Amino acid sequence: MYITIILLPLLGSLISGFGGRWLGRYGASIFSTTCVISSFFLSLLTFYEVGFCSTICHISLLSWIDTEMLSVSWGFLFDSVTVVMLIVITSISSLVHLYSIGYMETDPHCPRFMAYLEIFTFFMLILVTADNVLQMFLGWEGVGLASYLLINFWFTRLAANQSAIKALVVNRVGDFGLSLAIFAIFYTFSSVEYLTIFSIVPFFQNYYFSFLQFQINSIALIGLLLFVGAVGKSAQLGLHTWLPDAMEGPTPVSALIHAATMVTAGVFLMIRFSPLIEYSVFVLRILIIFGALTAIFAAMVGVFQNDLKRVIAYSTCSQLGYMIFACGLSCYNVSMFHLMNHAFFKALLFLSAGSVIHAVSDEQDMRRMGSLRKILPVTYSVMLIGSLALSGFPFLTGFYSKDFILEMSQVLSNSNLNNDLSNLACWMGSLSVFFTAFYSFRLLYLTFINNCNMSRININSAHESNLLILIPLFFLAFGSLFVGYLCRDFFIGSGTDFWKFSIFNLPSYSNQIEAEHLEIRIKWLPFFLSISGIILASFLNIRAYKWYKNVKTYSFLAFLLNKKWYWDSVYNKFLIRPILNFGYSVSFKNLDRGFIEIIGPYGLTKIIPLWANILKQIQTGQITHYLFFTILGLCFFLNYTVISLPFALYLVLIFLI
Amino acid sequence: MYEQINYINTSTLLFLISITGIFLNQRNILVMLMSLEMMFLAVSFNLIFSSILLDDIVGQIFSLLILTVAAAESSIGLAILVVYYRIRSIIIVELMTLMSG
Repeated sequence: MYITIILLPLLGSLISGFGGRWLGRYGASIFSTTCVISSFFLSLLTFYEVGFCSTICHISLLSWIDTEMLSVSWGFLFDSVTVVMLIVITSISSLVHLYSIGYMETDPHCPRFMAYLEIFTFFMLILVTADNVLQMFLGWEGVGLASYLLINFWFTRLAANQSAIKALVVNRVGDFGLSLAIFAIFYTFSSVEYLTIFSIVPFFQNYYFSFLQFQINSIALIGLLLFVGAVGKSAQLGLHTWLPDAMEGPTPVSALIHAATMVTAGVFLMIRFSPLIEYSVFVLRILIIFGALTAIFAAMVGVFQNDLKRVIAYSTCSQLGYMIFACGLSCYNVSMFHLMNHAFFKALLFLSAGSVIHAVSDEQDMRRMGSLRKILPVTYSVMLIGSLALSGFPFLTGFYSKDFILEMSQVLSNSNLNNDLSNLACWMGSLSVFFTAFYSFRLLYLTFINNCNMSRININSAHESNLLILIPLFFLAFGSLFVGYLCRDFFIGSGTDFWKFSIFNLPSYSNQIEAEHLEIRIKWLPFFLSISGIILASFLNIRAYKWYKNVKTYSFLAFLLNKKWYWDSVYNKFLIRPILNFGYSVSFKNLDRGFIEIIGPYGLTKIIPLWANILKQIQTGQITHYLFFTILGLCFFLNYTVISLPFALYLVLIFLI
Repeated sequence: MYEQINYINTSTLLFLISITGIFLNQRNILVMLMSLEMMFLAVSFNLIFSSILLDDIVGQIFSLLILTVAAAESSIGLAILVVYYRIRSIIIVELMTLMSG
C-alpha cells in the first residue's frame, strides 16, 4: 500500500503520457485522475495508520548505489511529517486533476498536461517519502523539472518559455546549495540516510571544517547550505524572483506547484532536517531573518500588483516566509500546520482565480474586471472564503496556524529568551498580516465588487464555470473552512504526540506553553491588524477616495512596489548582464575563440608556416651567409662539446670582431 | 728545441686568416679559392709540424695527400669558375644569389 501511493502517479503519468493519443482526451484525464485519487485514499489510510496509530513505516526496497564508502538504497520512510505531506500533495493534486479536466477542456494537449501533472506528483511523493538525502534530491530535481515542463506547457508563448527557464535556473541556484549540503553531510557523517544522520548529529556539534585557515562549524554550514536549497525552492528573499513569473503556466499548475506543493518542499526540507538545524543557533537566526523579510517584502509587493495571479503568487511567497521563520523559531510543527492549511486555501484561491480567468476570456488584469459577483456567485463566495482564511479570519483555517506563529514570535521576543531577532519576526509578521488582508480584499473588490471595467464582448460571454471546475472549489473551500479547526489539536495542541520523532525540538527552544499565557491584547493584535487591512481596502474601494493620488511619497512607493522593488532589474543589471557579458566576451570570445584556439589547433596551424617562412629566409643564396652558419654551427658545437677549451672562446671572440 | 706554441699559433693564424678571407670577401670568387688554398696550406703546415714534433711520418704522408687533393680541388674549382664566367661574364660572389631559399 505504501509503495502503491508513490507508484500510482508514475503509472498514470506513463500511461497518459505515452498512450495519450490512443486514450484520447477524456480517457487520459479520467485515468490519471483516478490514479491520483486512489493514491489520495491510500494516503488517508497511511495518515490513519502512521499518524494516529503510531506505526511508523520504513521500507527499504533495494540497493541503489553500493560502493565500499557510500551505500544508498531506495528507501521510503513514512513518519508523521511524511504522511501530512502525502495528504497535502495527493489531495491538492487530485483536486487539481479534476479541475484540469474542465479547465483544459479546449486544449489540444490535454493528455500531455495530465502526464506532466502526474509526473510532478510522483516526484513530489518521492521527495517527501525518501529516507535518504540522495533520494530526496532525486525528487527535488524531478519536481524542478516537472515545474519547468508545466510552466512551459504552452510552449509557443515566449513569456512562458522565459519564465520556465527562469524558474529552472533560479531553482538550480538553490539546488547547487543543496547538493553542496549533501556533500557536506556525507563528508561529515559518512552517510546519507536520515536515520543515521539525525541520530549522530549531537556528537558533531563541535566538529569543524577548516577552510583557508577558517574554522567553520560543520552543523552550521550544512544547515546553511540546506537553507540555500530551501531559499531556491520556497522562493525566499533573494531567489524569489522566479515564483511570480512562474504564473505564466496554466492556472491549475500555479495552484498545484506554486501554492500547494513544490514551494513547500523547501519548508519541508527545513522541517525534515529539524534534528540538524536545531543544533545551530546561527542557522535558526538566518531562517528568522530571511523568513520575516520575505513575509513583509512579498506582502508589500502584493499590494500594488495588478495581475490577478501575481497577487496570489506574492501572497504565497509571503506565507512561505511565515513558514520559514516559524522554523527559525523552532516551531516546526506550527510551520507544518501552516503549510498544510496554506496548501488548502492557496489552492482554493488559485483555482477560483482560474475560474475567474476562464470566465472572462483569459483576462488576467484586475483593473479590467469588476462586478463579477453577479455573474460568478459561486466563485465569489469560495474566493471570499479563501481570502478570509488567508487573512487569518477567526476560526477559519489560516487563523489557527498563522496566529499561532505570530504568538510564538511574541513569546520569543521576551527578553529572557535571548532571541533578539524574534522582535524582527514579530513585527514583520504582524505587519504583513495587515498587508495580506489588504491585498486579498483589494483583489476581491477589484475583481468582484467594484464597477465593471470590462469590454462588452467579454462581459457578455462571461459565465459561471461548469461543475467539473466548481467541485474541486467546494472541496477546497470546505478544507479552508474546517481543516484548521479539525487538525489544530493534533498538530499544535500542547502535549500532542502526533509528530513523535519526526520533528525534533530542543527542550530549551520549546516555548509552546508560554503562548497560552500571552496577554489578551497581544493575542488579539493579528486579528485587529487583519480587520484594519480589510477595512482600509473597503474604504479605499467603496468610497473611491482618491486623496492619495497626488501624494508624492505614495506614488513613489506604489511605483516602487509595483516594480517589485526592482529586484528583477537589479538582478538583470548587476548579475545576469555581467554573467552574460562574461560568457560572451570573456569565456567565448577571449578564451574559447581566442586564447585556447591560438594555443590549440588554429594558432598552431598558423604559426608553423609563419616560422617556416622566417626560417626559409635564412637561406639567402649568399655563399657568405651559408659559410657564416657553417662556422657558427662549428663554433656552437665546439662550445658545447669542448667547452673547457679556451680555444673555442678565441674562435668566438674572433668572430665577434 | 722549437718554440711549439709559435708553430701552433702560426698555423692557427693562417687558418683563421683564410677563413676570414672566405668570409669577409663579398666580391671575388678567385680570392675565395685562394683563401681555400691557404686553408689547405695551414692544415698541411700543422700536420707537418706535428709529425716532426711527435716524430711520426704519418703527418707528412697526410700533408702530401692533402696537397694532391687541394690541387685537384682548385683545378675543378677554377674549371667551374671559368664555366660560370662564360655564362654570367662576372665573378662577383654577392650576385650569386639565384638559389635563395
